[in-house]
Amino acid sequence: MHIDLRTVNIEPLRQTFDHIAARIGPNKPASRYLEGTMDVQAAANYHYRPTWDPEHEIFDATRTAITMKDWYALKDPRQLYYGSYTASRARMQETTEADFEFVETRGLAEVYDETARRTALDFYIPLRHVAWGANMNGASMCAYGFGTAITQPCLYQGMDQLGVAQYLTRMGLVLGDESEVQAAKQAWMDAPQWQELRRYVEDTLVIKDWFEMFVAQHVALDAMLFGLAYKEVDQALNDKAGPTVSLLTRFQTELLEDSSKWVDACLKTAAAENHENKAQLQEWIAHWRGRAAQALQPLAQQALGADADAALARVSARLDARLVKAGLLA
Amino acid sequence: MSNVFIAFQRNEETRSIVDAILADNPEAVVNMQPAMVRIDAPNTMVIRRSTVEEQMGRPFDLQELHVNLITLTGHIDETEDEFTLSWKH
Repeated sequence: MHIDLRTVNIEPLRQTFDHIAARIGPNKPASRYLEGTMDVQAAANYHYRPTWDPEHEIFDATRTAITMKDWYALKDPRQLYYGSYTASRARMQETTEADFEFVETRGLAEVYDETARRTALDFYIPLRHVAWGANMNGASMCAYGFGTAITQPCLYQGMDQLGVAQYLTRMGLVLGDESEVQAAKQAWMDAPQWQELRRYVEDTLVIKDWFEMFVAQHVALDAMLFGLAYKEVDQALNDKAGPTVSLLTRFQTELLEDSSKWVDACLKTAAAENHENKAQLQEWIAHWRGRAAQALQPLAQQALGADADAALARVSARLDARLVKAGLLA
Repeated sequence: MSNVFIAFQRNEETRSIVDAILADNPEAVVNMQPAMVRIDAPNTMVIRRSTVEEQMGRPFDLQELHVNLITLTGHIDETEDEFTLSWKH
């Protein structure tokens, strides 16, 4: 018997939705990210203004001083939508689980140097409260922001911060026990060196302008805090006592690298849009990074001693380099 | 003058690779088929890691091409940063 295989080429009538084609040009296949992001935000046919804020519509682009002709210009270069975000974080989580298991099965926490353990516990564990604040802020930016291109990654970043809080808690349990986690909360509430950072976090929770919150949280605090905690302090502990803590904080290190790409792209796009945006962003950055530096000073001192100022200067220089690239610093 | 070509499975990952090829090779012609995408270019075609990374928004190892590669013609010159097809050798 002879079977003749023939192929029939069926030309699709259209490659993507019309509103996507209007943005990328006709007859081009669109990415899942674009299809799941562009023009998803409700922008018309609202019924009632919210009773808690009758000045604005429920979804309103004027909740921030930043203006954009097209809010979808603030795209995420990582192209995270729900599918790719969960896949990417599942990979990162798998690595982190393996790292925790490595530390636990080899008993690395038991043989960890005692003074380094004290430094790590006193410095890292209270930071879970900072991460929780960042989680709240991520949800807030998603709720009041405008345009799925930016509100979507804001929520993802908030979820990532919740992950950070959980990993820090687990680190406290691996290096110590429950009493360490309790003690960290006491330090966060009462110890004088934590109060400036606590005030910073509490002040960001009530910022009305969501783009200012973006600057205060992601540009000023995350850049400075992650730079200090997961580069400088991590390196110092590494030099003194080996890489146990680096293994337990790998997620945070990778998260900083990953989210910086997105934060920088948003800053660059918003600053390039018009002169008022640029001036407003510079004003916010100057204010919040100054406060962040001030809040982190006593903690850097506590963890690094005499090396604190040099470490903070390096952290600050790295942020400067990012701002230069985003066109916000000459 | 003869063409080189490369064909990939058609999926989310190769979409970025195809976009990168089209950006770097102005003379390339893309041919979308069901489940397959084929790109022809006169004489030479280059795939740059940096361009693919830009399109993809993540680090990319050029070796990852082979996961979705169906077929190609031309002499291959492969480095960490560029994958070049040509008839020049």
